[in-house]
Amino acid sequence: MKSSVITFPGSNCDRDMDVALKKFGFKNKMVWHADAELPKSDLVVLPGGFSYGDYLRCGSMASKSKIMQSVINFANSGGMVMGICNGFQILVETGLVPGVLLRNKYLEFICKNVFVKINDKQNKYFKNVNNEVLEFHIAHNEGNYFCTLDQLKKIEDNNQIAINYCDENGKIEDQFNPNGSIKNIAGIFNKEKNVLGMMPHPERMIDKSLSGEDGSLFFKSLINNLK
Amino acid sequence: MKISVIITLKKDVLDPQGKVIHQTLDGMGFNDVNEVRQGKYFEIDTKETDNDKAKVKVEEMCKKLLANLVIENYKIIDPK
Repeated sequence: MKSSVITFPGSNCDRDMDVALKKFGFKNKMVWHADAELPKSDLVVLPGGFSYGDYLRCGSMASKSKIMQSVINFANSGGMVMGICNGFQILVETGLVPGVLLRNKYLEFICKNVFVKINDKQNKYFKNVNNEVLEFHIAHNEGNYFCTLDQLKKIEDNNQIAINYCDENGKIEDQFNPNGSIKNIAGIFNKEKNVLGMMPHPERMIDKSLSGEDGSLFFKSLINNLK
Repeated sequence: MKISVIITLKKDVLDPQGKVIHQTLDGMGFNDVNEVRQGKYFEIDTKETDNDKAKVKVEEMCKKLLANLVIENYKIIDPK
């Protein structure tokens, strides 16, 4: 399986993602934002970080960079595109997934482990993850998912919510919502479910001695689902 | 010619920064404030000399980059 990780000026989780993808068997290439052509890929990842210093709105500048037109075409032709954290912010700015990510409700940068519940397994990202609840890491200032009521209705009708913030038993309640996101949304698909944007970082949970291994469950599932 | 744009949050969108500014103003003794909403202001200096053409271009800029229409409104201020 071939993957590509796009590096924007200010990306800082690109190499973590590279390590994670390679660990689980992807042949990964790093792709510079100013390149026009995407290498042949089974998966494209927009990594976390602070592309363009979060100027104007997080992800807004990166969403207009040269490589993104190829990424958008790739996604529109059914290609798998995953945006993590800043990558999620870039995805919403391209319009590939609906909604926006606002400043966290309590104006704090949040950096901690959270639990997320998998809402949908009829997709190539979570299909073979046995657990219902995963422990992932979040680190963001703008992760407060917002969309209009019309958009929310469509999202729910199409079952586009990927993961919700919850407690360790999978209970989805306000008190387990770290940033004020509508319906505790932590990650969302496009309608066709080949594009996934999520705030948590699975690439930070791939080593027992460092953090945890729930990210490993995710990546193992992902590569198997793509085969 | 210089054209200005004001970007404001739509009314249903939560503005925690505006809220904190309001609270701070309140603490400073400005007690008659009902609400504060924070926005953005841009000054665009363009080579275009025709008012209407410039406004059309700036409107396109607003839609494509300067504003996110899910949460924001834009207002173009007539060039003087």
